[in-house]
Amino acid sequence: MSSDPGSNRTPETGAFFQRDRTWHPPALTPGYKSSVLRSPQKALLSFDNTLSEISGPVFGHAMLGELDNDLIHNFARPGESAIGERIIVHGRVLDERGVGVSGVLVEFWQANAGGRYRHKKDGYLAPLDPNFGGCGRTITGEGGFYAFRTVKPGPYPWPNGPNDWRPAHIHFSVFGHGFAQRLITQMYFEGDPLIWKCPIVRGIADRAAIEALTAILDTQATIPMDALAYKFDIVLRGRRSSLFENRLEGN
Amino acid sequence: MAQSLDRLKESPSQTAGPYVHIGLTPNFCGIGGVYATDLGATMVNDKTKGERIGLKIRVFDGTGSPLRDALIEIWQADADGLYNSPAEMRGAADPNFFGWGRCPTDMETGVCAFETIKPGRVPLADGRLMAPHITLWIVARGINLGLHTRLYFSDEEKANAEDPILARIEHRIRVPTLIAERQGDTYIFDVHLQGEKETVFFDS
Ligand SMILES: [Fe+3]
Repeated sequence: MSSDPGSNRTPETGAFFQRDRTWHPPALTPGYKSSVLRSPQKALLSFDNTLSEISGPVFGHAMLGELDNDLIHNFARPGESAIGERIIVHGRVLDERGVGVSGVLVEFWQANAGGRYRHKKDGYLAPLDPNFGGCGRTITGEGGFYAFRTVKPGPYPWPNGPNDWRPAHIHFSVFGHGFAQRLITQMYFEGDPLIWKCPIVRGIADRAAIEALTAILDTQATIPMDALAYKFDIVLRGRRSSLFENRLEGN
Repeated sequence: MAQSLDRLKESPSQTAGPYVHIGLTPNFCGIGGVYATDLGATMVNDKTKGERIGLKIRVFDGTGSPLRDALIEIWQADADGLYNSPAEMRGAADPNFFGWGRCPTDMETGVCAFETIKPGRVPLADGRLMAPHITLWIVARGINLGLHTRLYFSDEEKANAEDPILARIEHRIRVPTLIAERQGDTYIFDVHLQGEKETVFFDS
């Protein structure tokens, strides 16, 4: 995993903007029962980023396999493909300054079209698709652009309340340039009525924040007679400029 | 009305859920043939400089039970205290040490085992040295926003005593929650999400 040969810009070394913890779901969201015993209760320790938070590894495109961003085919038998509504998911990874971030490792996983995960702990009635594994990855290019191909995941019931259903969603892990930017989130689909009923989604207080996780149908990016397209942008923490850093205060 | 700052908001976090391993360590959970290996599974090779150490990390919930569905990533400097990162301006890090690892908790024991090297000390911008440490990021079902903390080493008492981050912990009784105990070549580190022994987590 060498550094990206396409990038010769001066690396940025500024600290990241403070995280807005009122925008993220709080640690304890009792409607999502698993959070009750897994949420820290004491105050977090705040300090300005040191190099340990500012720095991060570089993932080169060389690590990617040809089908890593094609969930329709990366687990399928030769000549076969996953069953379901074929979609392209595309967008940009930006930072809070609006700058596209290249070289970001984006990993995604999801249930199949019936709402079933390929996992020994998922016993949902919907069948496994022998041609669908459910994982993929890519690295953003210049401007932070990324895209992958998959099938639209189905909604599924889950053990929380007696009758809770997850809206259709794709899980995203996003690895920016600094370890403090590390983020996992979920992408929802425009128009899904289950979004507003989901206890995990409802851990987010601000309606605008939920909408920021909702991908929009993009009919300009479809492949005619093949796949629909959804656009989903992801925003990572922005970096302060180090131009006027107060050296006496240190980091 | 004033002008707009034109800043975007960070994408809100959502839990990694119970199936995070499908996405991040598919080989570990039986999805073979998609990636040759799980990313971050091996941190050192024959040429890596520094003292070889093991880490055994467990994460406990509010009842004291270990999480068996979590995933931990670690990030650390090399033996000389240099990060293998473009943001490292002080020199070139050991090319045989990537500095980053990823490990799922064992589905039975809850143990996350890393084979790595002991990191060197890293300075703040003002020159004060931090004690050797490894940065942790923990995600799992029930964790709404990934948790950041650090692992320090029990046999670095002098360095720990002058570490500027540990010095910021108001309740000194909580400092040991960040210090891993040495047993032979392995450091044991128990993370507690809640309770009397709750680990100090970071907002940084
Ligand atoms: Fe899910």
